[in-house]
Amino acid sequence: MATIDAKGLHFSALGEQLRDLAGHKVRIYNCLGQRYIAAGIKDITLDIDGIPGNALGAYLGEGSSITVRGNAQDATGDTMNGGSIIIHGSAGDAAGYAMRGGTILIRDDVGYRCGIHMKEFGDKIPKLCVGGRAGDFLGEYQAGGVICVLGLDCGENESPVGRFAGTGQHGGRIFIRTKLLPAELPPQVSYRTATAEDKAILCPLLKAYADAFGANYETLVQDTYLLLTPNSANPYESMYVQY
Amino acid sequence: MLDNTNTKVQLEGKVRIPSGCAISGIFAQDGELFSGRDIITSIAVMHDRSNGLGGGFAGYGIYPKHKDKYAIHMFYDSEDDRGKAERRINKYFSYVLSEQIPTQKHPNIKDAPLIYRYFAEPLTEQLEKAQIDEREYVARFALRVNADEDELKGAHVISCGKNMGIFKANGFPEDVGEFYKLDEYKGYCWTAHGRYPTNTPGWWGGAHPFGLLDYSVVHNGEISSYDANRRYLEMFGYTCSLQTDTEAITYIVDYLNRKQGLELEDVAKVMAAPFWSTIERMDEKEKAAYTFLRRRYGNLLVTGPFSIMLGFTGGLMVLGDRLKLRSMVCGHQQNKFYAASEECAIRAICPEIQGIHSPRSGEAVIVRLEENK
Repeated sequence: MATIDAKGLHFSALGEQLRDLAGHKVRIYNCLGQRYIAAGIKDITLDIDGIPGNALGAYLGEGSSITVRGNAQDATGDTMNGGSIIIHGSAGDAAGYAMRGGTILIRDDVGYRCGIHMKEFGDKIPKLCVGGRAGDFLGEYQAGGVICVLGLDCGENESPVGRFAGTGQHGGRIFIRTKLLPAELPPQVSYRTATAEDKAILCPLLKAYADAFGANYETLVQDTYLLLTPNSANPYESMYVQY
Repeated sequence: MLDNTNTKVQLEGKVRIPSGCAISGIFAQDGELFSGRDIITSIAVMHDRSNGLGGGFAGYGIYPKHKDKYAIHMFYDSEDDRGKAERRINKYFSYVLSEQIPTQKHPNIKDAPLIYRYFAEPLTEQLEKAQIDEREYVARFALRVNADEDELKGAHVISCGKNMGIFKANGFPEDVGEFYKLDEYKGYCWTAHGRYPTNTPGWWGGAHPFGLLDYSVVHNGEISSYDANRRYLEMFGYTCSLQTDTEAITYIVDYLNRKQGLELEDVAKVMAAPFWSTIERMDEKEKAAYTFLRRRYGNLLVTGPFSIMLGFTGGLMVLGDRLKLRSMVCGHQQNKFYAASEECAIRAICPEIQGIHSPRSGEAVIVRLEENK
């Protein structure tokens, strides 16, 4: 395994080293705020000690996996294509921004606009699971993919997600492990308790979360999930002039 | 000498430069005075959020020997401008000390103006004649000097509070901190800004923080409501003359907190007011309070993305816009409160910090010295 001491290293220098190490296992330590780590790289296995900067794993390629021993900042997995990102901590705003493939697992919380603009095509379905809570505008403009918020530290009477979940959503699914409706849900978002059929796509994601962080998969699967989806194939049609 | 003859004619909206910005702040709640070294280290980590067109710092508690005097920091384009401005200062103030603010040569800091400070107090006779309170007297002086496009065109008041000061320049913030030798000062609160100007030119006076009296503001974002806010503020004697939207935020705070007597918690509710749809869901008492503030001060609602830090005597306020379109994280460790645009800027100076979190949209986080609580 290659190791890189990132202390004082500029993001562009770190990025160059990583591009040369595609196909290898790499450990980065003393990481502090370097942006765009592993951007666009395929088949790299990264273990990061410290705080990676914004846009960790942007455009991440197939076959890559990133594990962070700490928190991540904003825009984790921005437009990632494939592979996986596992955060042993929390992530900032816009985690999973425009994600189009792969899996992101966040042990604790995420900030605002998690999963904004996620999309899917054919069998490329991005998946994002948050163990703690999510801020407002979860899944804003979501066009595809699966978002799941577990709220593991939430009581029965508090929602694990903030206000305005699914604003502008026109595809994909948001699963929330709760019996409560999120605050100020837009009218274009419909909700129901997830059925066994709905959960089929969720189960592998819960399994991945449980395996990564030592949670109990069996109980997670049994729990009640609220499922948010767009209320029609074209929920914002009325906002445009019709000819 | 500062040659801003070309940039100064370009008004807000006439110049557009793409965006970023970094802010960081450290506050010792027990009043411990600590050197400016940490804040330089912190803001330096976010180097890539700025583009070298402005960096600056505000320090509180840095002038204990002159803590009862207004510390007036000035930029002058030339000796001639200094002469004219000092005649004006002499007309309204007496001062115990005037000096050039100590700086050291730095390869990346160029075109420095003349940088002076005065530890001053209003002339009693003038103050009585003006029939206004002392702080209003000082604020009017600063606003008039900065708005003067004629005789005092080449003079700018950079800060004018007691026992605090603003140090800023055109450059990257870490270079600016070295230029002003901030590690030689000790304060209980420091804020810093790295600028990546949007819409407006980068120049010495346009760097952050912006100050009026003891208020100082650092800001990451871009205010869509700038012109609406500016026009409203003009009715109360605030002339926005420094070509940057952050100046308007400083005046909004001064107007609401000092002149209107609103608590900072309520100032935050005006600037980052909740949506009407959110207010609608509140209980009756809360709804009435928020409705009053939105109706009464609707012109001071700040729209567009922003995260700001407001320094004031004995405290620090952190506030983000109501949609949370800019990042900000906070945390406590021992006696200190930390806040920054990115977690790495806090970890750089306090690696062991626990419980870093992000305030909600429009949520004001206010910390004060324990003695003031």
